[in-house]
Amino acid sequence: MTTTYHPPPLPPPFHHTLTPNLTTTSPIPMELITQGAEAHLYKTTYLSPATPAALKIRPAKPYRHPVLDRRLTRQRVLQEARCLVRLVREGVSVPGVLAVDWDLNSNSNSNSNSNSNENGNGNENSRGEGQGEGNTGSEDNGTEAKAGNGAWILMEWIEGIALKEVFRGWEASLKDNNRDENTAEEQAAAAAEERVKALLRKIGVAVGGLHRAGVVHGDLTTSNLMLRPTPSGQQSGKGEKVEGDGDEGEIVLIDFGLASQSIQDEDRAVDLYVLERAFGSTHPRTERLFGEVLEGYRGSYRGAGSVMKRLEDVRMRGRKRSMLG
Amino acid sequence: MIAIGLESSANKLGVGIILHPDDGSTPQVLANVRHTYVTPPGEGFLPKDTARHHRAWVVKLVKKALRDARVTPRDIDCICFTKGPGMGAPLQSAAITARMLSLLWGKELVGVNHCVGHIEMGRLITGSTNPVVLYVSGGNTQVIAYSSQRYRIFGETLDIAVGNCLDRFARTLHISNDPAPGYNIEQLAKKGKTLVDLPYTVKGMDISMSGILAAIDGLAVQYGLNGPWNDEDETQNTPASDEENARPTRADLCFSLQETVYSMLVEITERAMAHVGSKEVLIVGGVGCNERLQEMMGIMARDRGGTLHATDERFCIDNGIMIAQAGLLAYKAGVPTPLKESTCTQRFRTDDVFVKWRD
Repeated sequence: MTTTYHPPPLPPPFHHTLTPNLTTTSPIPMELITQGAEAHLYKTTYLSPATPAALKIRPAKPYRHPVLDRRLTRQRVLQEARCLVRLVREGVSVPGVLAVDWDLNSNSNSNSNSNSNENGNGNENSRGEGQGEGNTGSEDNGTEAKAGNGAWILMEWIEGIALKEVFRGWEASLKDNNRDENTAEEQAAAAAEERVKALLRKIGVAVGGLHRAGVVHGDLTTSNLMLRPTPSGQQSGKGEKVEGDGDEGEIVLIDFGLASQSIQDEDRAVDLYVLERAFGSTHPRTERLFGEVLEGYRGSYRGAGSVMKRLEDVRMRGRKRSMLG
Repeated sequence: MIAIGLESSANKLGVGIILHPDDGSTPQVLANVRHTYVTPPGEGFLPKDTARHHRAWVVKLVKKALRDARVTPRDIDCICFTKGPGMGAPLQSAAITARMLSLLWGKELVGVNHCVGHIEMGRLITGSTNPVVLYVSGGNTQVIAYSSQRYRIFGETLDIAVGNCLDRFARTLHISNDPAPGYNIEQLAKKGKTLVDLPYTVKGMDISMSGILAAIDGLAVQYGLNGPWNDEDETQNTPASDEENARPTRADLCFSLQETVYSMLVEITERAMAHVGSKEVLIVGGVGCNERLQEMMGIMARDRGGTLHATDERFCIDNGIMIAQAGLLAYKAGVPTPLKESTCTQRFRTDDVFVKWRD
C-alpha cells in the first residue's frame, strides 16, 4: 500500500499535449497541480503558450459501480460547465469554460492499453482507462460496455491563492502574537483582524452574487475560494467593489463540481451551512468571525433575508439529528 | 493501569477491560464481552425494552469480563462508562451500573463520549497516527479529523445515519436482525446484480439519506417485496431472461442501496482527505465492518496513494473495550468524572470533547 502514487495517464487529446518550455528544446509534461476528491487539476495552456488554462480531469472512480459512476461523472461535469457558463454571463467571478468532454468512452472503442500507471504523463498512446486499469481487474470488466472513462473540462486559469492558505497564515500569526504583550503587536493584530473581517464580508458578497445568479455551489469550502490579486492601478470593474484594502484582491469561486442551478431558499441555506461548517472544522479560530460572512451575504441581494431565516432551520437539523443513537 | 469500560448506548451491551502497562508498551485487551438485544424481523429495538435487556445482563457480563481478564476489582484503577450520545434509557443502565461499581469498589469514574471511544479504539488497533476518520453506525455518520485538541467534524449526515437507513430498510424487507440487520443486508447484496436508480445526495462533505430510504422503500412496496417472506419469493430470486423487463429482487435492492450509500460515504471521505491533505483513512463504527465499504474505501485510498485502516466486528461494533481505552486515556490525562457529574446525555457531539491526551 505504500507505493508512490502515479496519476493515471491523461485522456486524449492531452496525452500528446506538452507545455512548451521556451528556454530549452525539450518539452516538459503538464503540471499536476492538485488531486482533489473527484478530479485531477493540471495547469496547461490554451491556443497560445502564453495563455494558461486549468484542465480538470475526472477519471473514472473504480470504487463506484460503473453505471453509477458514469451517471455521476457525466451529470456533474455537464452541470459544472452549464453553471460556469451561466455565471460568466451574469458577471460573477468564476473561471470561464474553454472546452469540455463529458464522456470519454463515447467517442471511440476502448483500446485497452494496459500500460499500467507507471508512466503517468507518458506520451504513449494509452487511453486512460481510469485508475483501475492494470490493477486488480475489479468488477468493471463485466459491464465494460456501460462503464465510463471519465470526463474533462478545460477552464480559464485563475491566478492567486486559495483562501484556505490566507486564513491558515492568519491563524498561525495569531498563535505567535498571543505571547507578546507589546501594544504595537496588538495593534498590528487588530488591524490584521479587521482585514480578515473585510475579507469575510467579501466572501459573503461573492456567495450572494452566486446565489443571485441562480446557482448553488454545493461544496463551499475555503479551498474552493480563491483570492485573485487585482492588477495594480486598475480597479475591479464589475460586481464587487473592493472595500478596505485595495491590495487584497478579488474573490473568485472555483470548483463547481457539485454545483446546481437552483433558486430555492433551502439549497442556498445548505450552501451557507456547508461553508459555515467548513470554517468551523478547518479554521477553528476564524469561526467566531463567521457572522461577517453572513453580514456580507445579507446585503448582497434581495432574497438573502429569507435564506438567512432558513439557515437557522438547517443548523438545528444538522446538529441535533447527528446526536441520536 | 487497568480500566473497565461499560457501553450501552444502543442495543449492544458491552464490557471491556484494558491494561496500559506502566512501562508505556502497547496496551493489552484483557476482556471484551458483549451481548446484543435482538428483535424479531420487521421490528426495531425500543428504548424501554433495550434498557430492560441491559439491566438483566449487565451483572453477568461484568462478572464474565473480570473472569476473562483474571483480575479482581482491587486491580482496577477506574470505571469508564458511555456518557453519550445514544438512546436515553439504555444509556442509563451503564451509567447506573458504573456509579454502583464506583461506590462498591471505591474507584473513580470517567464518562466517555461514545464517538471518541470508537476513534481511540480504531487508532489503537490499527496503529494509525493521524487519520481522517469515517465513523458510521446505526446512530452516527461523521467524517472526522483531529485538529488542535478536538476531533473536528468535517462532514456528517443532515438527517438519518447510514446504519439507521440500512436497519430500517431491513425492517421493510423483514430481514432478520440476527446477528445484525446490516450484516444480513450485506450477505443478500452479494447476490444482487442490477443497480436500480436511487437518489444520490452529497452536499459538500455532508450527505442526506432520508430521501434514499423513502425511494427504496417505495420500490420495495411497488414490487411487492416488503413484508414477511414466503418460500415462493426465495425461489423467484433468479431474474427473468430479458434484462430490461426484469423486476428487481430483494437482493438487487440491497445491492443498489449499499452501492449508492457507500459511494456517497467514500466520496465525502475522499473530499475530506483532499481538503485536509491527509493520506490515512480509518473506518470505525458498526457499519465499518461491512466488507464492501472497506473494499471501496481501500480502492479510493490506493488511488490517492494513501492507506486504509479498518478493524473487524470485535472493535467496530459497539463494545466496552473502546470505552475503557478512551476513558483510561482521559483518566491518565487527569480528567476523571466526579460522582455528581456522572450523568448521561442523548446529545453529546464529538467536537465537544476536549482531547487532552493528544498533541
